[in-house]
Amino acid sequence: MDIFLQQIINGLVQGSIYALVALGYTMVYGIMGLINFAHGEVVMIGTLVTITVAGSLIKAGMPVAVAGLAGLMAAVLVCMALGWALERVAYRPLRNAPRLTPLITAIGMSIVLQNLAMMIWGRNYMTFPSLLPKVDFEFAGANFTMIQVIIVLVSAATMGGLLLLVYRTKLGMAMRATAQNPAVASLMGVNINRVIAAAFVIGSALGALAGVMVGTYYEIAHYQMGFMLGLKAFTAAVLGGIGNLAGAMLGGILLGIIEALGAGYIGDLTGGFLGSHYQDIFAFVVLIVVLMFKPSGLFGEKTGDRA
Amino acid sequence: MNFGRFFRSTVGIGLTAAFLVALPFIAATGGQAWVRILDFAILYVFLALGLNIVVGLAGLLDLGYIAFYAVGAYTWALLASPHFGLHWPIWAILPIAAGLACFAGVLLGSPTLKLRGDYLAIVTLGFGEIVRIFLNNLNAPINVTNGPQGITLIDPVSFGAFKFSGTTQIFGVALSGPQKYYFLLVALAILVIIINIRLQNSRIGRAWQAIREDEIAAKAIGINTRNLKLLAFAMGASFGGVAGGIFSAMQGFVSPESFSLLESIMILAMVVLGGMGHIPGVILGAVLLTVLPEVLRYGVGPLQMAVFGKMLVDPESLRMLVFGLALVLVMRFKPAGLWPSPERQRELQETGK
Repeated sequence: MDIFLQQIINGLVQGSIYALVALGYTMVYGIMGLINFAHGEVVMIGTLVTITVAGSLIKAGMPVAVAGLAGLMAAVLVCMALGWALERVAYRPLRNAPRLTPLITAIGMSIVLQNLAMMIWGRNYMTFPSLLPKVDFEFAGANFTMIQVIIVLVSAATMGGLLLLVYRTKLGMAMRATAQNPAVASLMGVNINRVIAAAFVIGSALGALAGVMVGTYYEIAHYQMGFMLGLKAFTAAVLGGIGNLAGAMLGGILLGIIEALGAGYIGDLTGGFLGSHYQDIFAFVVLIVVLMFKPSGLFGEKTGDRA
Repeated sequence: MNFGRFFRSTVGIGLTAAFLVALPFIAATGGQAWVRILDFAILYVFLALGLNIVVGLAGLLDLGYIAFYAVGAYTWALLASPHFGLHWPIWAILPIAAGLACFAGVLLGSPTLKLRGDYLAIVTLGFGEIVRIFLNNLNAPINVTNGPQGITLIDPVSFGAFKFSGTTQIFGVALSGPQKYYFLLVALAILVIIINIRLQNSRIGRAWQAIREDEIAAKAIGINTRNLKLLAFAMGASFGGVAGGIFSAMQGFVSPESFSLLESIMILAMVVLGGMGHIPGVILGAVLLTVLPEVLRYGVGPLQMAVFGKMLVDPESLRMLVFGLALVLVMRFKPAGLWPSPERQRELQETGK
């Protein structure tokens, strides 16, 4: 039972990070139907910027809390600028191109960003400065840290904020209108370009936050870390029903928990035949099984057969 | 028959054939490494044409195509290497490799029949990752794939006593290993091209294109969309399996690293960048995307030395950076690919897109 609770907690933490990244995918997809493969790299750049900024500030003698906040702010700003630039330079010219064209562009941008990051930060693993005090808690036989609590709380608050933005503000209404039908939305006076840019910028800011969380949690970062994280987050977004905000959140958390439980129990389930290094398989197996029965994800709207 | 046209096409074929025969000898003047690059270019032509059936003709976005290549490669590696002590001949292995890959294709295809567009893409991507993770970890408790170390000392292709590794004299011409593989690969590629052309204009090919354009309309006019989609997966996968087998024999070594998602993406990029569904375009895309990174590999280092007098940035990352930018730029200025089919070009112009 202890392992069960422990793995649920670990899964919840990992899942909140997936959820934040998944939101970036799902917002862009919901509005313009594009899989932004470069989103994982945006997250990676957020982590590495924080290392540089917070690390050098701490070295300069600043208090850790100030340095950490400055690092986070820097990461969020850099990623927002990056998200905006990506949309403006790479995707906007392709808005009416054949369906697969922007996908290849996204892959190209992902390769570009990864190698730019390697040129700037090198190919070695980097240690993330410890920004939060290490305090341990114990609850019903399971251990968890202050960092885990903060990750879950901050992502919950951020997601709440995003929902408020999308469902209670004018910009949010414009976003929902664009997602339903860009042509009609623009006839009603919605500035489509601004809405799409906003989706990229907000998604990237969430990605930067997730990047800082990943760094704080694992205390290590690398120029290739965005790839698998992005892949998992995208899987989470599809699992929840891509284009659906609540779906991405729940999909992310579900994926995190399934992975953690899978890694904890796969040995017992298969009589020791498969070990915990099969952890990465769970995400994809669950995805395939779910889509077999619910072809548009768990919470996705039923996409009617349209010509 | 119009004699002039017959004459011209014969001359065209003759010139192409002469060029294809001369190419490996021209490349060899730059070293055997270039012949090897040429071999890979043709292997990728083969793979890209296989994927073109799935993505270009039937319109099913497959991001896990490399999985079938991996199945073929490991089939060859296991049946013709000291790993299990088996040394089966090519005419036994290749059909098995194609068959197993075909089975994997149907296995992937059947649960995904209901899925559309991007949902299909992510599921195929997941399938590719699952295959790679299994290859990486199936060394315990029973050692099947030898894990991340991969399988070494794989037998080269051979027909009886004629081996494709090492240099042999044929009619007084010395042919190196890579050059022999070149001719084998060209022969296979021509076969695939013929199959592709014949398929495109067949009943099946037209049905695929109907499904690609509008699945519901296709169903309404009596096309069995389920069987035809499965057939597209199975056919594309078999080509991938054969290519994997040859790859395995040519390299003499396979490891899970060769079958990453990036490889799937590269092959898809070849198809899209060249001009989806258009055979000459796909061939162009495959050759360009194989040769360009290699040219950059040999080019960016010396170029930096010449311009700045020292290495400013790591040539390996600069090479990939330029490659990524090239993908972005081509898609920006040629959204339908470098050499799209005439019909597709017309469609794009008509809709004003």
